[in-house]
Amino acid sequence: MNVFLQSVVNALQWGSFYALIALGYSMVYSVLMLFNFAHGDIFMVGAYIGLFVSTALVTLGASGVLVLPNWLILVLTIILAAILTSFVGMLVERVGYRPLRRAPRASAALTGLMIGIILQTGNLALLGARRRSFPTLIETTTFEFAGVTVTNTKIVIVLVSILLMVALHQFVRRTKWGMAMRAMAYDFVVVPLMGVPINTIAALTFGLGSALAAVAGILFGLAYPVLEPYMGILVGWKAFVAAILGGRGSVLGAGLAGFLLGFIEIFVALLFPSTFRDLIAFSIVIVILTFRPHGFFGEAYSARLRL
Amino acid sequence: MARNQAKRPLAGLRSALAEVPLLGWLLGMVAAVIVEYLVGAPLARALGLGRVPLLFGVDLLFKSPLLVPSALAYMVLVYVLPVGSVALVTRPLANRAAEKLMALSPVVSVLVHVAVFYGGLHSWALLNDYRVLVVKLTLLAVMLTLSLNLVNGYMGEFSCSHPGFMALGAYTSSVLTVLLFVGSERFGPALLPSALGPFLFPLALIVGGLVASLGALTVAIPSFRTRGDYLAIISLAFMLVVKSLIENLEVVGGARGFMGQPDWAGLTTVFIWAVACVAMINSFVRSTMGKALNAVRDGEGAAEAMTVDTRRTKMVTFLFAAFWAGVAGGLYAHVMRYVNPGGFGLQKLAELLAMVYLGGLNSVVGSAAGGVGFMLFSEALRPLEIYKWIIIPVLLILVMIFRPTGLIAFREFDMVSLVRPKGAPTRRRGVPHVAAQD
Repeated sequence: MNVFLQSVVNALQWGSFYALIALGYSMVYSVLMLFNFAHGDIFMVGAYIGLFVSTALVTLGASGVLVLPNWLILVLTIILAAILTSFVGMLVERVGYRPLRRAPRASAALTGLMIGIILQTGNLALLGARRRSFPTLIETTTFEFAGVTVTNTKIVIVLVSILLMVALHQFVRRTKWGMAMRAMAYDFVVVPLMGVPINTIAALTFGLGSALAAVAGILFGLAYPVLEPYMGILVGWKAFVAAILGGRGSVLGAGLAGFLLGFIEIFVALLFPSTFRDLIAFSIVIVILTFRPHGFFGEAYSARLRL
Repeated sequence: MARNQAKRPLAGLRSALAEVPLLGWLLGMVAAVIVEYLVGAPLARALGLGRVPLLFGVDLLFKSPLLVPSALAYMVLVYVLPVGSVALVTRPLANRAAEKLMALSPVVSVLVHVAVFYGGLHSWALLNDYRVLVVKLTLLAVMLTLSLNLVNGYMGEFSCSHPGFMALGAYTSSVLTVLLFVGSERFGPALLPSALGPFLFPLALIVGGLVASLGALTVAIPSFRTRGDYLAIISLAFMLVVKSLIENLEVVGGARGFMGQPDWAGLTTVFIWAVACVAMINSFVRSTMGKALNAVRDGEGAAEAMTVDTRRTKMVTFLFAAFWAGVAGGLYAHVMRYVNPGGFGLQKLAELLAMVYLGGLNSVVGSAAGGVGFMLFSEALRPLEIYKWIIIPVLLILVMIFRPTGLIAFREFDMVSLVRPKGAPTRRRGVPHVAAQD
């Protein structure tokens, strides 16, 4: 029982990363009808930007120029890194996606993959193959409830992700920008005629998604403080799987499916040798998609829709 | 006026070149190889290259850029001039020979062309082991690109499972050959005399291909109900499942990989399989079912209304493509004589996709060009180490922006019309026409 509850806590944390990244995939999909395959690597870039910002702030504090409490450094890191990474995301959109908006979708997917490779290799070339460690911003305190250990890092991670998901949902539902995004998801041709600046909205969508990925990257750095250039690949692809499982274009579905994937992985690792994690997790994904090919919240496929 | 005169000899050359049949070019290729054997080494020394440039000088492009002019000179002297002059000089002879062969039987003619091409390629590659390896890997790259193009180009799906099919074929055929003919610590002594091996090796490859096809059912069956992104995910999950499965199979070495494959995948073997693959896929896409593929891609509902059996089309295509990926994987395992599951991951997928989309979607010619071009290019960029993986993606993005369907899209070829003699028959056909004018 204790093991079970402990795993639930771990799964919540692990699922938060997937959920946050999957949200970015899903948002870009719902607006532009394409997946940003560079998103996993934007997560990596976000983590590195977070690393540099926080290291700079910590160094400033140590040299006595600007002494800030740790929690404030964390908040500042998250905000600054989110802003900087959103610029990276907008750049990716401008360079890799906008010229291809009328091209076959597979071409855009390939461009995304290639931008991802450029980001990984660029990082490797600039910073070298050395792994870097994230500074400890939260002194780990461990609580025990009924035999279950919960660290404050885990609480922060889960809370921040849920908060961001709710905020994003509200943004998409309540604001004018969100309305424009939803409109674009609905119809790509008429909406510009109504005076919606589609290029701005597309950039905004990429920026928001990248900001979320950056937050996920920083949270990841808090929990597993070792960063390397290829950290985004597998996490990114798994988050992509979560976005699909949730139903393409469904923000709510992506979040939930992210947590679901986290649960599947943690519990597989609990019951089987941990090397079986990917094997079983992806087998489950194949089974789910075979029986429910449009994900949990997506629209059912029909050949007629394509005519 | 002066410009016109200057143009004339060039135009004459061009029309003369237009009359060179494929056979003439192949003879030129053989001649170039002979020239390289005779004068290659001394010429390379005289040009300051030290030794014969291995891949037309592309391997020197970044390793020692100062040698590039010499490499170019070498290329012109050893390849361009002999090929061009022999092709021009033997033009009447080659045309007559091509005509004779054609009269004998188109099949014989095609076979003779392929044999001459192989002769040239083989003797070119024999100069050293590096060339042999690059030629083998390039042929395999062409096979893989072509089979992936079937699904991603002709059928218009975004399938990510090709490395998985490759891995299935590679491991199945490796296990078969090692178990039956070689024997290892884990599998015990060989079950059959190893002398039989080279003869039964094709069977092992075919079994590997069939196992890959069996795996393809996992992707083909869901494709009846879904397509696009969901199918992409299913195929991606399939690939990761295969990789993870192999990593967990201790019998075949797990993540450490599997080695000890016999050295049976010589240049001849790989070449024959590659030719068979190109020929079969080329005729498949030109058949009724190949056209049905395009119909399924462009409008499934409309295709269905036009009596296309979409399910059968999808099923056959997936299994066919996976079969060839499996065979290519088996060959790859026996060329490298070592495979590990890490080699069939996302990196491989990115490479394969790059070759397909660089060469051109929906195109046999483009796939061949993509495979060859990508291999040459990546050999050229090898000295740049990691920067290679910045330059290749940038180039691909540029290709995608300016030619979203790839460099040579929508192009198949007709082998028989390729080997037809040129110039002579048209002139003959023209004779009564000219006579009537007189």
